[in-house]
Amino acid sequence: MIEDRVELWLVIVGLGLGSFLLRFAFIGLVGSRPLPAWVMRHLRYTAVAVLPGLVAPLVMWPAATQGTLDPARLTAAVVTIVVGAWTRNVLLSIGLGAGTLYAALYLLG
Amino acid sequence: MPTETTKSIFLQGARDAAPFVLVVGPFALLFGVVAAEAGLNVVEALTFSVAVIAGAAQFTALQLMVDDVPTVVVLVSALAVNLRMAMYSASLTPYLGEASLRQRALAAYFIVDQSYGCSVLKYEQNPHWTIGQKLAYFWGTVAPVCPFWYIFTVVGAMLGNSIPEGLALDFALPITFLAIIMPMLRTPAHVAAALVSVIAALVFAFLPYNLGLLVAGILGMVTGAEVERRSAARAGDA
Repeated sequence: MIEDRVELWLVIVGLGLGSFLLRFAFIGLVGSRPLPAWVMRHLRYTAVAVLPGLVAPLVMWPAATQGTLDPARLTAAVVTIVVGAWTRNVLLSIGLGAGTLYAALYLLG
Repeated sequence: MPTETTKSIFLQGARDAAPFVLVVGPFALLFGVVAAEAGLNVVEALTFSVAVIAGAAQFTALQLMVDDVPTVVVLVSALAVNLRMAMYSASLTPYLGEASLRQRALAAYFIVDQSYGCSVLKYEQNPHWTIGQKLAYFWGTVAPVCPFWYIFTVVGAMLGNSIPEGLALDFALPITFLAIIMPMLRTPAHVAAALVSVIAALVFAFLPYNLGLLVAGILGMVTGAEVERRSAARAGDA
């Protein structure tokens, strides 16, 4: 639970302003000068560099099981990954991943 | 060839982006639910979605705040997820750079994965479009996506408080993230970046303030860029 209201609003406002500045940076300020190739090359990988790192500990050490590896959650994660790699269909992956989680929690729990 | 009016181009944009409603709606709904679970009320959740209008960054910030990570680290991590918006902005600039400052500022706010992806594709195919036609297409792609982001956040936040405990909602976020990451892994460079990020995040998990995530992000980014550079160099030799 998030208790600290000041922190919450700092994050909302800070993230809102920061995100706008990232979006406005080039189209609004830099004009049509192209970015150096090496900068574009790094920016291309930011999302795939941050999101997997965010998810990995949540899968390996779920807070719901006090940080110990949970067979049900791990199985659900693996199914989501495999379906996602196979079909590239986001909603289908979420659906089958969630279905697996409930089935596994029911069978193993 | 039928004549292209501003209105027909706007509708074309709306049609091209319409299928994304099926992704954006549930995703926003989930954000609302997770936000409510984290203790946000409806107004706070909606303000979050209106101010940031970027799902992955919002989920990241929410998760880190629940984990009681220092505010600075929350902001840096979530903004890192949104760095790709700067890339979108840079790549739209050659097409929209001649619009007025007010129009560019407004368009900048609405740069999201879907509006960017559709627009850049069409701008490449239609170099003869005027700036007015390009903007019309851009607003067309925004119309079916962004309003649903707000609306379904509210619906999710309202539902969130009435969802029973046993639903294992703690794992909704990891599953959603995994599902959106997989289609992003289009090239060996993307796969390498993601793998390095996973390994680094687990190895550096002992670092305080969740700094392990930032280390993982930087290492993953450098890895992706380096793999791309090398495969481009190899393709150049051949």
